[in-house]
Amino acid sequence: MLKILKYSFFDLSRSLWSYVYFLFYLLLGIILLFLNNDLSNAVITLMNVIIILVPLIGTIFGVMYYYDSREFTELLLAQPIKRRTIFIGQYLGVAISLALSLILGLGIPFVAYGLFESAAIWNFFSLLVSGVFLTFIFTALAFNIALSHENKIKGFGLAILLWLFLAVVYDGIFLLILVYFQDYPLDKFALIASVLNPIDLSRILVLLKLDISALLGYTGAVFKLFFGTSQGVIISFGVLALWVVLPVYRIIRVSAKKDF
Amino acid sequence: MVSIKNLHKKFGALVVLNGLDLEINQKGIIAILGPNGSGKTTLIKSLLGMVVPAKGDIEIAGEKVKDHWNYRKDIDYLPQIAHFPGNLKVNELIRMIKDLRGKDARDKELIEFFKLEPFLDKKLNNLSGGSKQKVNLVLCFMFDSPLIILDEPTSGLDPVSLLRLRDLIQQEKAKGKTILITSHIMSFVEEVADRIVFLLEGKIYFNGTVSELKTSTGQPDFEHAIANILTENNA
Ligand SMILES: Nc1ncnc2c1ncn2[C@@H]1O[C@H](COP(=O)(O)OP(=O)(O)OP(=O)(O)O)[C@@H](O)[C@H]1O
Ligand SMILES: [Mg+2]
Repeated sequence: MLKILKYSFFDLSRSLWSYVYFLFYLLLGIILLFLNNDLSNAVITLMNVIIILVPLIGTIFGVMYYYDSREFTELLLAQPIKRRTIFIGQYLGVAISLALSLILGLGIPFVAYGLFESAAIWNFFSLLVSGVFLTFIFTALAFNIALSHENKIKGFGLAILLWLFLAVVYDGIFLLILVYFQDYPLDKFALIASVLNPIDLSRILVLLKLDISALLGYTGAVFKLFFGTSQGVIISFGVLALWVVLPVYRIIRVSAKKDF
Repeated sequence: MVSIKNLHKKFGALVVLNGLDLEINQKGIIAILGPNGSGKTTLIKSLLGMVVPAKGDIEIAGEKVKDHWNYRKDIDYLPQIAHFPGNLKVNELIRMIKDLRGKDARDKELIEFFKLEPFLDKKLNNLSGGSKQKVNLVLCFMFDSPLIILDEPTSGLDPVSLLRLRDLIQQEKAKGKTILITSHIMSFVEEVADRIVFLLEGKIYFNGTVSELKTSTGQPDFEHAIANILTENNA
């Protein structure tokens, strides 16, 4: 497994895009800190970017890496290596290197700005944790789609559609339902619908940490009640973890039956 | 060495292997022949666990293939179409496979044998088809395993390299290895093969020596004997 990881890293370290991604976060962090001149505000702006962008990048890198390394995969399959090791190794290679870009790219400017002396450190930390979860989730989803579709264009298109659905369309439908059924008590529905979508869930976890739940409107109180309890937090992280574990499990299942 | 029982494989509606049985216990060179699309590559990939059969059992050196992987450390495999990571250099690729295999390798000797030194620092994308095939051959032969599986080793090679390959295969045979080989070059097959296994309609249609094939088809010439099987079966 470590060897596969090593070669995935090696492979990605030769790709220009890994550096672009890292530099993007580095610049974003620096610019936001200069513009806002305040750690807490920068964290809020960052959240809005990260919650949408991290899933998109995870999706694109996941699909691209899977298709680009098909030759390497075929070579590995004839070697005395477990299939599971090959695919999980590649998945972890992509996900870990993306997560590192995120952590280092944002971490460096924030630490340089004096994050460790600031009260915003936990907000920033929760933002990074959400970002890392989203990276692992969407890379795994992308691998799933690519594994099931030989056709690159189709796989790519479907992966982008999935991202679009979870990042944009889901919220749209959610809002429509809230507006349409506003005469009914929808607190429970709103809560469940947000917990099920990893992007919404991450957003709420960060927002609540920032203590601006009032922004969430009338459902805010319910959310605060739920997420404020340790049970709510455990459930939330459990759901995020499930969003990683289930797709990874499917990677193992599908790759075991696939012909190369 | 290799034992295949009742092997079935379909791709969608296309039945490729249909209850194939094959036992290979001898050392030496066994040629797997058959028309294009008869399932030779599919059979070979099933041995390596790259293709997952629908039904049937395969054992190699007493170990079941299904869901296992360690048996592959004793197999050298040459794929029919070499898919290489294109942005790697030749020597990087060789080093990587050696590292993954964690076994002694005689890559230097083989690089010299196939005259690949000038290409070591080139990217695989920029190699000619024949040079790629030579890299493919180096990767395959460098580990000295008791079972060698060659899927169209001759493809793309010039006559000089072809002679070198033939010598190399004979050397390996002399070491007492079992070598499975597919090829469409009948003169090559006739020259090296100790046994012919002919695949047709998902089963073994013929299994014997070259001279047995000639007698059973009544054709004195090997190429005609093969053609005879094909025309008789409208393949
Ligand atoms: N992954 C796959 N998906 C769908 N069909 C496949 C796949 N692999 C092989 N086939 C089909 O199975 C059949 C047998 O293919 P195979 O490559 O085993 O033939 P072959 O005997 O090696 O032919 P050749 O002499 O041309 O190398 C072909 O019709 C091929 O199109
Ligand atoms: Mg073939």
